Amino acid sequence: MDSWSRFLDTFFKPDLIRHYLPSIAAGTVTTIEIAAAIVVTGIALGLVLAVVRTFRVLPINVILVTCVDIMRALPPIVLVLLVYFGMPNIGINLPSFAVLWIVLSLVLAAFAEEIFWAGILSIPKGQWETARSTGFGFFPTLLYIVLPQAVRLTVPPLTNRTLAITKNTALGTVIGVPEILNQATTGQSFSGNATPLMMGAIAYVILFIPVVALGRLLETRFRWSRA
Amino acid sequence: MEALLNQFFNLDIMARALPLVLTGLKQTLLLCVVVIPLGLAGGLLVALLSLVRSRVMRWATMIAIDFFRAVPPLVLLIFVYSGLPFAGIRLTPLAAVAIAFFFNNSSYYGEVYRAGIESVGRGQWDAARSTGLTVAQTLRSVVLPQAVRNVLPDLVSNTVEVVKLTSLASVIALPELLYSADMARSLTFNTSPIVLAAGFYLLMLWPLVRLVSRLERRIAS
Repeated sequence: MDSWSRFLDTFFKPDLIRHYLPSIAAGTVTTIEIAAAIVVTGIALGLVLAVVRTFRVLPINVILVTCVDIMRALPPIVLVLLVYFGMPNIGINLPSFAVLWIVLSLVLAAFAEEIFWAGILSIPKGQWETARSTGFGFFPTLLYIVLPQAVRLTVPPLTNRTLAITKNTALGTVIGVPEILNQATTGQSFSGNATPLMMGAIAYVILFIPVVALGRLLETRFRWSRA
Repeated sequence: MEALLNQFFNLDIMARALPLVLTGLKQTLLLCVVVIPLGLAGGLLVALLSLVRSRVMRWATMIAIDFFRAVPPLVLLIFVYSGLPFAGIRLTPLAAVAIAFFFNNSSYYGEVYRAGIESVGRGQWDAARSTGLTVAQTLRSVVLPQAVRNVLPDLVSNTVEVVKLTSLASVIALPELLYSADMARSLTFNTSPIVLAAGFYLLMLWPLVRLVSRLERRIAS
């Protein structure tokens, strides 16, 4: 067997592709579901936290910033293991997909809060003062004047950060969530062949390349709008 | 409450796990010393390749960057460590981590450098070149120092991500900080060793996270 057909036989074996396509597809659906849940809850919570921070209540903000810092400084896999192995021992039993969803949502919320907060800070004070002096209350000012401008500024960094964190759904394999990587490594050990792993990698590329490209596009447009 | 303290902040168990966790910490620091310089150097190479005149080269670089940004680092690591042996390439865990993260980190650092280099005006290049500096001299003495200063917050924040990434090495049984802590956890049936490891991560990374926030705010104002 020449080296090219050996390469194909190791990474792209046709009958293994046929055999493992359903399980990789099922894993892809699981990954999409968890990723979507993380994006929704993570970004929503991040926005709520950033709004809470605008009230500038000192004790609350100290706690908030501390928690956000911890979530930004700890590797997500440490948090996943901490929750997954620690919670059952104090009587809280969570299914593994819930652990992954909660942990990654909190991590995304922390990063999103920082990004939204930077966006809110970048709106000049004059905008607040003008809005307030025309009779807008605090919340209408925030809602109709500040946030629409702030959120626009945050779209490119938020896209990249969201992508980086949703890629961490692959950590689910460590605690047995049946997502893409888990299906792929299971397939690999059953078949004794690297084809399922290659299929998993390809599934991730198909899933995430559009988001990477979108991030690139947004960054470029963002740069134009500032020029 | 007591169960919670006992399960997560058990000082006896932490003290017993400490020697093991410290050897793990040493491995993590070693990993950082390998992975960060490799990523910084690879990133610079990637940034320069994405700015060359040849359009084919630029596109090829961009596709490679996007590919490695789309694949989760854990997938890349497992592919290198347990997929390549099927093709006859067997690597130690350390080599697998170094190779997998080299590709991942070079792509991220590369994008940061590129943004930095693009932020330095074209006039700087032309002025430096017309005073007789070569391309290499222009890059080294004129463009890169300004580029790095402009993207310093992103460089630091990416480095934080790289240090966090080293914890993935535990999945392929490289005995770093998280791996040793998890071993202590499975021996003691108690989560405190992982809390201890988390403490060490915080000790290393919290100052950097604060620094990033401050640098970002200074550049914004």
